Amino acid sequence: MSHFLDRLTFFNRGDEPFSDGHGILTHEDRRWEDGYRKRWQHDKIVRSTHGANCTGSCSWKIYVKGGIVTWETQQTDYPRTRPELPNHEPRGCSRGASYSWYLYSGNRVKYPLVRSRLLKLWREARVVRTPVAAWASIVEEPAKREAYVSKRGLGGFVRATWDEVTEIIAAANAYTVKKHGPDRVIGFSPIPAMSMVSYAAGSRYLSLLGGVCMSFYDWYCDLPPASPQTWGEQTDVPESADWYNSGFLILWGSNVPQTRTPDAHFYTEARYRGAKSVVICPDYSEASKFADLWISVKQGTDAALAMAMGHVILREFHIDRQVPYFGDYVRQYTDMPMLVELVKQNGRLVPGRLLRASDFTGDLGETNNPEWKTVAFDEASKSIVAPRGSVGFRWGEKGKWNLEEKKSDGEATKLQLSFADDRDELADVDFPYFGNREHDHFAGTDHPSVLTRKVPAKLVALKDGEKLVATVYDLFVANYGIDRGFGGAHVAKSYDENVPYTPAWAEKITGVPRDQIITTAREFALNAEKTKGRSMIIIGAAMNHWYHCDMNYRGAINMLVMCGCVGQSGGGWSHYVGQEKLRPQSGWLPLAFGLDWGRPPRQQNSTSFFYAHTDQWRYETVGVEEILSPTAPAGPWDGALIDYNVRAERMGWLPSAPQLRQNPLDLAAKAQAAGLEPKDYVSKGLKSGELQMACEDPDHPDNWPRNMFVWRSNLLGSSGKGHEYFLKHLLGTTHGVQGKDLGETGKKKPKEVAWHDDAPKGKLDLLVTLDFRMSTTCVYSDIVLPTATWYEKNDLNTSDMHPFIHPLTSAVDPVWEAKSDWEIYKAIAKAFSRVSPEVLGVEKDVVMTPIQHDSPGEIAQALDVKEWKKGEIDPIPGKTMPAVTVVERDYPNLYKRFTALGPLMQKLGNGVKGMAWNTEHEVELLKRLNGEVTEEGATKGLARIDTDIDATEVILSLAPETNGEVAVKAWDALGKTTGLDHTHLAIPKEDEKIRFRDVVAQPRKIISAPTWSGLESEKVCYNAGYTNVHELIPWRTLSGRQQLYQDHLWMRAFGEALCVYRPPVDLKAVKPVIDTKPNGEKQIVLNFITPHQKWGIHSTYTDNLLMLTLSRGGPIVWISENDAKKVGIADNDWIEAYNSNGALVARAVVSQRVKDGMCMMYHAQEKIVNVPGSEVTGQRGGIHNSVTRVVVKPTHMIGGYAQQAYGFNYYGTIGTNRDEFVIIRKMKTVDWLDKPTADQPEPLTVAPKNAPETKLEAAE
Amino acid sequence: MRDMINHIVFGWYPYLCLTVFLLGSLVRFDREQYTWRSGSSQLLRRKQLTWGSNLFHVGILLIFAGHLVGLLTPIWVFDTLGISHTFKQWMAIGIGGVAGVACFVGITLLVHRRLFDARIRTTSSFGDIAILLILYAQLILGLGTIYVSLHHLDGHEMVKFMTWAQGILTLQPGVSALIADVHPIFKAHLFLGMTIFLLFPFTRLVHIWSAPVWYLGRRGYQVVRTRRPMIPAE
Repeated sequence: MSHFLDRLTFFNRGDEPFSDGHGILTHEDRRWEDGYRKRWQHDKIVRSTHGANCTGSCSWKIYVKGGIVTWETQQTDYPRTRPELPNHEPRGCSRGASYSWYLYSGNRVKYPLVRSRLLKLWREARVVRTPVAAWASIVEEPAKREAYVSKRGLGGFVRATWDEVTEIIAAANAYTVKKHGPDRVIGFSPIPAMSMVSYAAGSRYLSLLGGVCMSFYDWYCDLPPASPQTWGEQTDVPESADWYNSGFLILWGSNVPQTRTPDAHFYTEARYRGAKSVVICPDYSEASKFADLWISVKQGTDAALAMAMGHVILREFHIDRQVPYFGDYVRQYTDMPMLVELVKQNGRLVPGRLLRASDFTGDLGETNNPEWKTVAFDEASKSIVAPRGSVGFRWGEKGKWNLEEKKSDGEATKLQLSFADDRDELADVDFPYFGNREHDHFAGTDHPSVLTRKVPAKLVALKDGEKLVATVYDLFVANYGIDRGFGGAHVAKSYDENVPYTPAWAEKITGVPRDQIITTAREFALNAEKTKGRSMIIIGAAMNHWYHCDMNYRGAINMLVMCGCVGQSGGGWSHYVGQEKLRPQSGWLPLAFGLDWGRPPRQQNSTSFFYAHTDQWRYETVGVEEILSPTAPAGPWDGALIDYNVRAERMGWLPSAPQLRQNPLDLAAKAQAAGLEPKDYVSKGLKSGELQMACEDPDHPDNWPRNMFVWRSNLLGSSGKGHEYFLKHLLGTTHGVQGKDLGETGKKKPKEVAWHDDAPKGKLDLLVTLDFRMSTTCVYSDIVLPTATWYEKNDLNTSDMHPFIHPLTSAVDPVWEAKSDWEIYKAIAKAFSRVSPEVLGVEKDVVMTPIQHDSPGEIAQALDVKEWKKGEIDPIPGKTMPAVTVVERDYPNLYKRFTALGPLMQKLGNGVKGMAWNTEHEVELLKRLNGEVTEEGATKGLARIDTDIDATEVILSLAPETNGEVAVKAWDALGKTTGLDHTHLAIPKEDEKIRFRDVVAQPRKIISAPTWSGLESEKVCYNAGYTNVHELIPWRTLSGRQQLYQDHLWMRAFGEALCVYRPPVDLKAVKPVIDTKPNGEKQIVLNFITPHQKWGIHSTYTDNLLMLTLSRGGPIVWISENDAKKVGIADNDWIEAYNSNGALVARAVVSQRVKDGMCMMYHAQEKIVNVPGSEVTGQRGGIHNSVTRVVVKPTHMIGGYAQQAYGFNYYGTIGTNRDEFVIIRKMKTVDWLDKPTADQPEPLTVAPKNAPETKLEAAE
Repeated sequence: MRDMINHIVFGWYPYLCLTVFLLGSLVRFDREQYTWRSGSSQLLRRKQLTWGSNLFHVGILLIFAGHLVGLLTPIWVFDTLGISHTFKQWMAIGIGGVAGVACFVGITLLVHRRLFDARIRTTSSFGDIAILLILYAQLILGLGTIYVSLHHLDGHEMVKFMTWAQGILTLQPGVSALIADVHPIFKAHLFLGMTIFLLFPFTRLVHIWSAPVWYLGRRGYQVVRTRRPMIPAE
């Protein structure tokens, strides 16, 4: 009753002694102990996970107590693996364990926020105007627009109601659609796999509107273009459990314990099992301690190392001794036996394109796509054959697209790898060499730029006469500089000769002792020989962030392919970067991109978009001549890098958003008036010049992106390479750009792009960000919408690291005024449907899309590159220019369409990666599961998608990975093309249907589907390429095999037909600024490396108090002890890093871990925590991307060419940034910039409708 | 008017303070068990604490005992034992002075630590700092009375305080008049002392109630708490 009264127990018996009085038994009140019990008591546990793009996808228990989320712990109920394989659990890390802090933290976005200056203008305008007119009155008046645009990032947010903000957004969208076109409404959200429904909410809204969804995988530089180039696959990798099956693990620039924390136990377990491990990375990382051998390679020279190891493997396992398994593997599964023409060029021979059936008289009997069927020499028939599996067999015919060792007519073949023994002559063939280029910070050798080597060749009769041809194998071996006894220069007999690419040569470039290279290569291959391919390379994004990343990757891929590791359990290429594996992808696509209502959606590759629209191209320092091959065929290799992007867009290789200078809503009517089909109207208009591609003039106001949504992303605080250029040109606010543009420096300007001396400042009219925390992007936005956290919504999450599908579930309702992304976009859609009839009705939208990979169009220009703009060929939509489609938009019914599954799923069916199947059954199922729309109108009778759970059921029902019935249909569809029966892979699971509540109850493994190249079964772990090797499904490349020879004209022009070593490019960002702003401290120039961090996942958790407590509590840059000593920097000093792109401030971590000559800044440390002002810019010190600028690479723009064709996040330019150098020095003064700005605005006085009359004041 | 104020402060105010002190402690003990603690900052920083805390506690405990015995022992006990008022006064000045100086050194260290150690300062509540400063002031006042007491070593002033204190405890009306004419420094010391009682339940001082003196007389070295509710032996 009372603690006090209860103690008044004077009449009770006292303490009882025992053990001769050595102990006593007391009778005191023990209720105080309940405090400890209650500490861990809770009302419920809810299953959720974290959508941080960490690839963890760990299942967590979220504890709720009194309506408050209190803490989280790891789930341990994963289904068991098979015997002898370690289990997956527990999965999780300290970052995830700290997440619940966010829900109630000061950094939580709690209310809809609007920039006060904008809100003031809006309320004034809204008094007398309708919504769209009100918006027009603001953005069409330069002074008004400038008033809020120029203050982005400087604070000044005030609260508004949901009704008011959704009306502003809807009005802005409607105005933009009407005035400029729907392709000026842009949305950026990454990595759908981390919360599929949240992604789909925004992308569905945008797609129904005709807006543009931006890519992320390429922009994040997680996309290794080498993967689509080699395999026709965006990225497919083994799950982490498969590491355990490996006998030899190379970790190459991947810091598994730090960045794959929940998976790291498989690495430990593999080591216990006896696997050998070599760790290759410049710094002594956390992974290095696992290594039998740590190879500290000079950063950025990995390709040289890979080439030297390849040299050893070829020499010892293919040439001097031939391992039968390796020989058979490369014969059947790679393009090595394919024939390449040797072309005379300036009197010398260079490797040209792969020969095709069409080169021979009678097309080798091929009537369908002979131009797309590669050829090889058949040992059995001693003749040239077009073996099955090349892309020509994939389209236009059925049943022969497979990897059986057969000809088209079914006759067995044995393809010949080399002409060494039956050559007609030894040809002198030129190979490019780039390792001799000057660089201030990277060692080179003095070999000539052209290396002529002897290659066995055969004379072959073609349609246009006899020609010398060689096999890819022979070229490949020659390229590695291996002396096969043919004589000639630039080949080596011994590893100690300094010839590219011997270990002795690599030692000079990489700093790695040659014996380490030889031992590693030898043991790697030996293990693969003994285990049939169980050697694995785990790669992180580190190597992929270099401008010439393709070479790093192809060097490693070559090693794997030579050893027959790809597609074998415990072997292969394990590229772990973002959480790219959206397992139920084909179920998700219709929901996300509104494919149930209109096709195709608008999608844009972000790197090219931001390169153009943040005007980073105006500051380009890299000339094409610096990267062009000395053996380039004749061609238009002039102009600037952006010119190549423009050409690519015009030829339909890359997407264009905005697409044309003209509003796409006006085109259909104009076409009708002209009596033409829209596609003919567009192609004619482009040719005549009546229509212009927007990419030709990205700085013209007609071509600006106008509205932008950012959700599930911290674009400006994390991935925005060239951060300061974003601020200067896209946002138009204060910035730290230090360099001068091409106009100011008087350098050569691009040819294809119009130049404006006055660069635009502030292209965006409106930037809207949805987030649960006040990130850097929120700080720069005009409107910030409070969204639900990962513990407050229902969603789905998958990863490439394990085969489970995990839910996010709502442990508590969104706190304060937050809503889930799904509900937010529903609210915006509703407002849009209400507001848009002011200017919009049912409209015809002319959509231009690039030539798509995995579509029949991917075989566009087979033999050459012809441009319609130059009159070399006619503009043919979908073949020599973008495809043109008319999509009907029903703007007033947008909300209704948003919340119902549209009729196209029944009419057109569903599919993915070139397969198609009927979905009527699943649509009927969804009607019964989610209910039908009963309200009168456009959607009556369709399946509902009202709630986020409805949306998950759409995904799960339509996807083969979660609906066994669909899996059987999908395998069956694929079997029709391959002519083989694959349904046995899914028939045992035909009745299995995974629904949302199932995965809430316990994690479920996905069902094997042809969307992916691995299987999830009782026999094997998921491993990429497994079905290619074991089910004989071709890779989706030109030859249908692993493509080691890249024969596209642009690939040859830029010297990357075969893998070579290419040193980092010189971005020239240091010299222009190094002596311009001295502060009296000594300076040092260091390579700027931005690995993934320990105390956060990208920018998430970097503002989390718990993680800040574990780290130094703010941004840090790691530098080596020697470099620090040189310039007098002590540990924890405030330092500044700057170059012509901008500046950042941080504290120095001085450590032995770091290699001399480089510094490491863990990427995406928010600038909202503990960041003072920069001495160089006078602005608040930036983020890591303040000193970077993106540089695009022409070979990534290739399209319409089998595997090198565009796909959203599949191929395209990538945002590399590691070639960058910065100047580092100690700071003299640390200024926190905590004073108000001079021009404080008047307080808001106009009251909103339906809102209390309050005076709102905002501090800036 | 002066009498009125004197009566309020030394006649009524003591009862207010004692009531709040006792009831407040009781309520806090019953309702806010988790706040019933000394609020030690030893975990944050040991520096200055070992000397500061020990000197302070030894000193203040001696002073407290001296006040308790000196003020509340009926005067006839001293008379019976033959302890003269002068001797008692000297004892008070002597022992109290030594303990006071020890306490002063200790509390000075503690005050410095609490105010100028950044970690301690940030984790201190207003109450933590306020009560420490009040104790500091009270100690200085107490030490100040020594000088005044040296002028009346016969102890008659002391007897006034004894009579007053015992009168308050035995509910004698009008005892406040006894000390109407004492030196102001005594009045200030008395007032602040009573105020400390008033503030007591709202501060960390409550830990005094739970001083673990029982440990001293406890038997056995293994203490086993019985299960609740108590299960009778079968």
